[in-house]
Amino acid sequence: MDRRRIEENIFKGLMIVSTIALCLILVLIVAAITFKGLPSMRLSMITQTPKGGFYLGKEGGILNAILGSIYLAGGATILALFLALPVVLYLNLYARRNGSIVRLVRFCLDVLWGIPSIVYGAFGFTIMLFFGLRASLLGGIITVALLILPIMCRAMDEVFSMVPRGLLEASYAVGATRWETALKVVVRQGLPGMITAVLIAFGRGIGDAASVIFTAGFSDAVPNSLFRPAATLPLAIFFQLGTPFPQVQNRAYASAFILTMIILFISITTRIVSRKYTRHIIK
Amino acid sequence: MNIRVYKDKITARLMGVIAFLSCLILVLIIAGLYYRSRPVLELKPFLELLTSGSWHPLRQEFGFYPFIMGSLWVTGVAIIMAIPLCLLTSIYLSEYAPGYLREWIKPLIDLLAGIPSVIYGVWGVLVIVPLIKDTIAPRVGSFSSGYCVLSGGVVLGIMICPIIIHVSLEVFRAVPRELREASLSLGATRWQTIKQVVLRKARPGIMAAIVLGLSRAFGETMAVLMVVGNVPRAPGSLLDAAYPLPALIANNYGEMLSVPLYDSALMLACFILLLVVLLFNIVARIVLIRIERQM
Amino acid sequence: MEPETHIRVKNLNVYYGKDHVLRDVSINIPDKRVIVIIGPSGCGKTTLLRSFNRLVDTVDGVRVSGEVMVDEENIFDPHVELTHIRKKMGLLSQTPYPLPMSIYDNVAYGPRLHGIKDKKKLNSVVEHYLKIAGLWEEVKDKLHTPATQVSIGQQQRLCLARGLAVEPEIILADEPTSALDPKSSRHIEESFLRLKKDYTIIVVTHILRQARRLADYVIFLYCGELIEHGPARQVFESPREKMTREYIQGVIS
Repeated sequence: MDRRRIEENIFKGLMIVSTIALCLILVLIVAAITFKGLPSMRLSMITQTPKGGFYLGKEGGILNAILGSIYLAGGATILALFLALPVVLYLNLYARRNGSIVRLVRFCLDVLWGIPSIVYGAFGFTIMLFFGLRASLLGGIITVALLILPIMCRAMDEVFSMVPRGLLEASYAVGATRWETALKVVVRQGLPGMITAVLIAFGRGIGDAASVIFTAGFSDAVPNSLFRPAATLPLAIFFQLGTPFPQVQNRAYASAFILTMIILFISITTRIVSRKYTRHIIK
Repeated sequence: MNIRVYKDKITARLMGVIAFLSCLILVLIIAGLYYRSRPVLELKPFLELLTSGSWHPLRQEFGFYPFIMGSLWVTGVAIIMAIPLCLLTSIYLSEYAPGYLREWIKPLIDLLAGIPSVIYGVWGVLVIVPLIKDTIAPRVGSFSSGYCVLSGGVVLGIMICPIIIHVSLEVFRAVPRELREASLSLGATRWQTIKQVVLRKARPGIMAAIVLGLSRAFGETMAVLMVVGNVPRAPGSLLDAAYPLPALIANNYGEMLSVPLYDSALMLACFILLLVVLLFNIVARIVLIRIERQM
Repeated sequence: MEPETHIRVKNLNVYYGKDHVLRDVSINIPDKRVIVIIGPSGCGKTTLLRSFNRLVDTVDGVRVSGEVMVDEENIFDPHVELTHIRKKMGLLSQTPYPLPMSIYDNVAYGPRLHGIKDKKKLNSVVEHYLKIAGLWEEVKDKLHTPATQVSIGQQQRLCLARGLAVEPEIILADEPTSALDPKSSRHIEESFLRLKKDYTIIVVTHILRQARRLADYVIFLYCGELIEHGPARQVFESPREKMTREYIQGVIS
């Protein structure tokens, strides 16, 4: 009938198209990586370390990078958890609710969250120079821990701030201290949310390249010491793609496929965990 | 005093200190990068470094102009691409889509956010670069290697969509339902209501979302580095190669220690990046906090 | 004589997900008077009100069966032109929600939507309806300031003027005074009494004294069911149903 109907329908069409396009891009990315990476997948890719001439197209695999990434992201996640848990408990249990301290800390965490990973890398490197550390697994762990700290804090903060007031008061009412309440009530109530936060942070840690490029270094050996350089998956992909040899580039695609699968696995696990366990939570 | 109470007191202190330290990281980052970039700042005034176009580390000439232009071009393309896509999608999800569809699509967008930037880079090399080299560049009658501003912008544009959509959806949710109803009950169509009421009310928040996306794009490193060509010259068109600041830092860190002042110059690049991102983030967060408080 | 009716409700059922919110409500709403819907909170008063202009639709997971006839047109018919229906009814919500624009633009919003572009005409429309809502004297010098800057009582009258400006036949008011101070409430009630010779005004309230002050006709809902309806005097003085009597006496709430 009238122009406004037509206009609405045009825009609604555009909206649907752009929503579908975004979802499609996700599919396209996963599909492109899979189609290109799967044919070059060999068992040796995930069971062997690079042999001599690996970057010229010879034998070997990227076990060093897979394990390196897992150690690095795992270490960083644990370190970040030990820092994040007190911060979040402090925000939700100890500090005055919505007081200026709480607001300031949340604001800082939000801003930290927005700082690019390359800046964390440069900062991590500065710290390492200060302490006389060289590019090493430890350096990478510290840097990535700093990078994922705000992510973890904000995710857990959201979970803990949902813990009903009444539950805390019930615990206080039977004479529990804040610390006992934190351990026995809040952490238990927030456990699934914490697992989700940890998984999100781990996923971010395992996928980030810019922060480890000069803090963790690279090595063809499986890391066996905190003070030795360690390879990481994203960098392995990056370096292999940078060589002029097609075989090595194909292996880069296979490596990208491995990383994508790890990330998808983590994301989906996160979703299942958060869905499965939230049923046991008092809303 | 009771040991339990002691424990409580001690943990309270400790947690307060750790919370304080986590804020201190921000200060430390700023101070650290400034400290490391001072040597090159003593060599030449800041403004001259920003506007000079000659980048010859061996001659100790550090002009950041081409890199800053590279960053601006790539970020610009990304944001121009992302804005319509994100606005349309988030309006659809918040105003039109039925609940179950929204619950299905939001996790997909989260998944998009979780994909590592290296994977975006590989995808860019696999799909976008050949597309531009073989299809788009010949179509407009010019030549391009495919590694150019446009590739970087497209890949970045996709990467920043999840964050913009995520924040926009929160902002739309903060628009009271009664406001929509008031407009609908006057006989406005849904679309008129969105255009004249919802979007108007949500405008500051949407701006904040876009600024957050912008700062994300400005600092993104790996994906851009892999598709943008990395030629230290200010780009003149979408099909020229560019060399954004983060790529400069990531690419040259290994060799930097042997050349005097080189590392300081790279740290300055980092510092510039940090300042821009901080500014964007602080402004956006303040706007978003205001909106949250209104809720 | 049976009064004329514009709104007829026939076997209306509304579900929110699994909740059965309105159960088989049938009623003819008489014209040109103040109709008050009373009942305890959560009994479906607001849902009934929002069924009249299909704002119930905006809730996720809502299902509706039955008919609401407005001017012999079933508004739950999927082919119906909604904006046309909604234009016939002004809505006043619990707390005033001025649109994010100036006072002037708030009132002009509706007329502009429906095609009035002429500046002079708009000016006179805005003035006219602000006068009807009893707000003109207070805001005539600051028509172009943001609507959020006037007091909340003035905002509610502004919302009334905004609703009237699309020339509705019916005014739907959902506890319109619950957020207001007593003086502003009185302003709103007075304008209802003034307007009822030209409009059908349907008010939801849980304040019985307000219902007695305003009502010409009363609808009593309990747990989603229509218990009783009739002229105010009859319902308040000699209710037919035991439940109505108990509610009015404050035994149940």
